[in-house]
Amino acid sequence: MSVTLLTVLVGVVALLTAASLVGYVLEISATKPEAVATVRNLNQRIGSWWVMVIVFGGALALGHATTIVLFALLSFMALREFWTLTPSRRGDHRGLFLSFFVVLPIQYVLLDVDWYGMFAIFIPVYAFLMLPAVATLTGETADFLARSAKVQWGLMLTVYAVSHAPALLMLDTGVPGALLLTYLVIVVQLSDVFQYVWGKLIGRHRFSPNISPSKTVEGLVGGGLSAIAVGTLLYRLTPFSPLQAAAISAVIVTAGFFGGFVLSAIKRDLGAKDWGYIIEGHGGVLDRIDSLTFAAPLFFHITRYWFTS
Amino acid sequence: MTTALVRRLLVVLVRILVGARSEWRGCEPATSRRIYFANHGSHFDTIAVMAALPWPVRRLTHPVAARDYWGASRLRRFIAEQCLRAVLIDRQPKPNSQPLAPLERLLEEGKSILIFPEGTRATDDEIAPFRSGIFRLACQFPDVELVPVYLDNLKRVLPKGSMLVVPITCTARFGAPLSVAPGEGKGAFLERARDAVVVLAGGGVART
Repeated sequence: MSVTLLTVLVGVVALLTAASLVGYVLEISATKPEAVATVRNLNQRIGSWWVMVIVFGGALALGHATTIVLFALLSFMALREFWTLTPSRRGDHRGLFLSFFVVLPIQYVLLDVDWYGMFAIFIPVYAFLMLPAVATLTGETADFLARSAKVQWGLMLTVYAVSHAPALLMLDTGVPGALLLTYLVIVVQLSDVFQYVWGKLIGRHRFSPNISPSKTVEGLVGGGLSAIAVGTLLYRLTPFSPLQAAAISAVIVTAGFFGGFVLSAIKRDLGAKDWGYIIEGHGGVLDRIDSLTFAAPLFFHITRYWFTS
Repeated sequence: MTTALVRRLLVVLVRILVGARSEWRGCEPATSRRIYFANHGSHFDTIAVMAALPWPVRRLTHPVAARDYWGASRLRRFIAEQCLRAVLIDRQPKPNSQPLAPLERLLEEGKSILIFPEGTRATDDEIAPFRSGIFRLACQFPDVELVPVYLDNLKRVLPKGSMLVVPITCTARFGAPLSVAPGEGKGAFLERARDAVVVLAGGGVART
């Protein structure tokens, strides 16, 4: 592990310690029932952040292969959450089996063997054509178009998009891939956290009550700007200049926002509040990595196009 | 010792694979004598409900499994009898045999049982009419609580006619216990018991 990475991890741990202390103070001072509930949820979230930081930092410290395995597991859990809420029919069964146990592992193995060309097209070309073809073999035509779209969209969001985060490890930009990945994850996740904090502190105007009742304009602007500020300050983790880092952070934040928004819209469509239950205070894996699904591919391609030799 | 370990591993494996969450809607987990009755969507059902039960309850609960499936190979028989503590029964009992006898014996010993009163796995989304075994047991053991269980998503995990397990999260929902009302006939009771499972299917709390 490089010195820079270590510094960042120490910084994150310091931040979490501060958050835990604030949470503790709030817990003693909260009296109103709704305030108590909010603080309890806040402290659950902080507790979960500790676990997530330890798992992510640990995987990164152990090397590329472990990091790839971690993201493969995240994809697996996210895909499972997607299909637990999304209705499927008997005719989709084989397609689902292939999504979980063939397409997902192959996508991550392609990362591990550094085969970029195949990594980029395996799901959108081969899987997207093969899965509907397999579905025709059952002869079930009811809702065929909608069903094929669900199988494809599930893979797109939870496997293809997510796999672009660990794909940063194979880019040759002059800085270690682990730093780029850390940078992306920090900016994306801090953007969520800042939006939550700003929204709770000064949020007044709902952004879109239909899709995401807790998102406010104030949270969005304050959170977005704060995350961009952090992204700019952390430019040393990347091959970018400070100005480039600001612009790219803005892209990450915007994409991340829409990722969360699109996944919330799908949740509302399916009549659910959370994707799952596995991360205390947050919901499911997909609730936590929703912003990453949109931010990772954009960040990956921007970096690959302009900053690799 | 080894069996206990394998049993433990199986539960962990099932929980990783399909989640096997439990939602106690109408009652709390208890070690008292109970007859759990559930809808039947796949051969995975038995394993999933057992994995969803907390350990102190699980060790006192014996699922009922079909001999023609679970007794068909040594591995299946090992999983059923050793790991799940299942009682294998014939789905098409011979005339004059007493298929319920092993279950009666377990209840007399103070154990709980898990049965699938539909008798066979449903092919569509409907819950099939219940067979009468549950009514006979309920009359014979009036003080035993009958707990309805609805297994969500299991049909999608391993549908009839497929060998492929898809790791969708399953939930076992436990409803409010019922018992045979005074003077209630077989048909009326079976209907009411089935309704209790249907209500849980909608996610709601069963009316008591």
